[in-house]
Amino acid sequence: MSSAEVLVKGGRVLDQNGERAADVRVVDGLIAEVAAGLAPGAGATVLDAEGCVVTSGLVDIQVHFREPGREDAENVESGARAAALGGCTAVVCMPNTDPPLDDAAVVQAVLERGRRAACDVRVAGCITKGRAGSELAPLGELYDLGVRIFTDDGDCVADAGVMRRAFEYTRALPGAVVAQHAEDPALVRGGHMHEGAWSARLGIPGRPAEAESSIVARDIALARLTGGRYHLLHLSAGASATLVRAAKAEGLRVTAECTPQHLVLTDEACAQFDPVFKMNPPLREQAAVDALRAALLDGTIDAIATDHAPHAPETKDVPFEEAPPGMLGVETAFSVVYTTLVEPGLLTLAQAFAALSWNPARIAGLEAEHGGPIEVGRPAHLCVFDTTERWQVDGHRLASRSRNSPWEGWKLTGKVRHTLLRGAPTVRDGAATR
Amino acid sequence: MKHLCSVDDLGGRAGIEQMLDLTDSFVEIQQRDIPKVPALRGKTVVSLFFEDSTRTRLSFETAAKRLSADTMTFTVGSSSVKKGESLLDTVQTVEAMGVDAIVVRHGAAGAAHRVASWAEASVVNGGDGRHEHPTQALLDAFTLRRHRGPSLDGCRVAIVGDIRNSRVARSNVKLFHELGCDLTLVGPPTLMPERLDGWPVSVSYNIDEVLPDVDVVYLLRIQRERIDQALFPTLREYANRWGLTAARAARMKPDTFVMHPGPMNRGVEIAAEVADSSRSLVTEQVANGVAVRMAVLWSLLGSGGPVV
Repeated sequence: MSSAEVLVKGGRVLDQNGERAADVRVVDGLIAEVAAGLAPGAGATVLDAEGCVVTSGLVDIQVHFREPGREDAENVESGARAAALGGCTAVVCMPNTDPPLDDAAVVQAVLERGRRAACDVRVAGCITKGRAGSELAPLGELYDLGVRIFTDDGDCVADAGVMRRAFEYTRALPGAVVAQHAEDPALVRGGHMHEGAWSARLGIPGRPAEAESSIVARDIALARLTGGRYHLLHLSAGASATLVRAAKAEGLRVTAECTPQHLVLTDEACAQFDPVFKMNPPLREQAAVDALRAALLDGTIDAIATDHAPHAPETKDVPFEEAPPGMLGVETAFSVVYTTLVEPGLLTLAQAFAALSWNPARIAGLEAEHGGPIEVGRPAHLCVFDTTERWQVDGHRLASRSRNSPWEGWKLTGKVRHTLLRGAPTVRDGAATR
Repeated sequence: MKHLCSVDDLGGRAGIEQMLDLTDSFVEIQQRDIPKVPALRGKTVVSLFFEDSTRTRLSFETAAKRLSADTMTFTVGSSSVKKGESLLDTVQTVEAMGVDAIVVRHGAAGAAHRVASWAEASVVNGGDGRHEHPTQALLDAFTLRRHRGPSLDGCRVAIVGDIRNSRVARSNVKLFHELGCDLTLVGPPTLMPERLDGWPVSVSYNIDEVLPDVDVVYLLRIQRERIDQALFPTLREYANRWGLTAARAARMKPDTFVMHPGPMNRGVEIAAEVADSSRSLVTEQVANGVAVRMAVLWSLLGSGGPVV
């Protein structure tokens, strides 16, 4: 680690302690000074933050970097670069790789690939071997490698008995959390979009919202039974939000995230049969969008995660029903949230950063390093956002290896100017450095 | 009209009526000694059929040939799709051979829309999953108009059976509604669309309440695999509760017509004696299919001049 100094100059610092005009001096990867009007030391790198907001780097706790298995669609390097361009300093990769992350050797290999990447790359481990839903994966071995989130991801743990054991077993692993992609397979089998007026009209078999909320209700009951810790991945249904709200009021250890796309888009996006708008859980109706926004505002939903799911073009250039589910997101999350929620006044910038950085860092057990506050002595995982820059999403210009962005063509406000990982710029003046 | 992927592409009631009027002139051509006109000479129509279909494919090909178009057929059984070629590659391959229209039948909803987004040629939807089958709806309306026409305003139509999984139902509801028909969907709740917001229909689970009042009973094919999906218990129970038995047919008005897109399951959704009765328009539907598809191909590919 070089002792070179980096000075982030001229911005407004926004963290858990509020907002103030301040420069941030970084030395040896740590925050050394936070104050207005700092002068750069000899040989310091000065990053211009004039007109920008300086905050802790974003923490996206649900991404798919497709390594190992589908490196043609994304790999750790390209995914982390895209994440850094989106303002992330930490990501959690989901375990639905091929082979899956149900084994210490595979987890080690991915973490190793992450060491050279533009983000702090963490992984979630499988709950069950092969994500098959029956036998527990070596949760303790994975935990010892730093895994804190356990999930079978795209495959919901349907067996209540297995889920119960996962909740119980992880109580021995402090900071571990059982995360669920809540969709009852029996209710979504053969379905490709939200079951509603649009699916009925388009003739596309549906996935009802109740497939999610019924599993959420069951999982909350199991969390109550076991005292286990539960995190709901990409909450998409209004009824699920109601259940999570009640569970939190009861004092259960339950957290939830949702994606930018579920906060903005509806099932109507599927009307032209474009598989770029296909994901699981599916885009739902406007009432769900409204319920999710309310749940984000009142703290029922703790975090925004993107479920960044790259797919090679040939896998999406097919009929809707034949395409794999998933959308890009890691590079556009802040801009989409800023444009659709902050700029119109629905969410404060502080609330947005809480959902994009501070809270997810805590859920993933990364709060000692990531997610602020911006204080002397903490690691300098920072992001500098220009909240006035306007840009248009062009899939060909994203850093991801894939192009399946649902925001293609959108004109967005707010863009990352600089991202610092342990004090080193991974993005400088809007361009990736590694 | 560049493509016909959905009834929506026809341009509302006026566009539908125009297409049905045009069909009349092609019926006339079919009655000639040599039922062939040079209207589409030099044009090439390819059928891309990813699902088994005899009548729809033959109907389109016959229509194209009677318009003097060249035809090519691409069916899954004999094609490189079995070797893993994608739909996109298949479309690009046939386009590279120089085609003017692509007729697509595919098991996935929206397949024709996808092909239309990739192709230079005009695309005709020959059935896409559970979504639509617009030429079926046109030929059904044409057939009905010949018996009740030309106006179908106020005509009471019951569509009976597996509405949820039926592309025919989705197209026919749109098209019959545009023409002013009064629509009732009949069948078990498990075979109804999960949501009917915006559908211009009423729904009944009891066929006996509906039959005495309707002018047309349109029956849909019941597939045996729906039993495995727990959508109804047995074919016998279906036939007893929702099938058009001879006894039920006897309680209908004498001038009520019976229609079916085929192929029929005699003894399940329709009794053999009803299918073969004078009320049944089933074979006429097939006959009119060729003329309707001639009209569609002519509309998409023709010069716009007289048909001759």
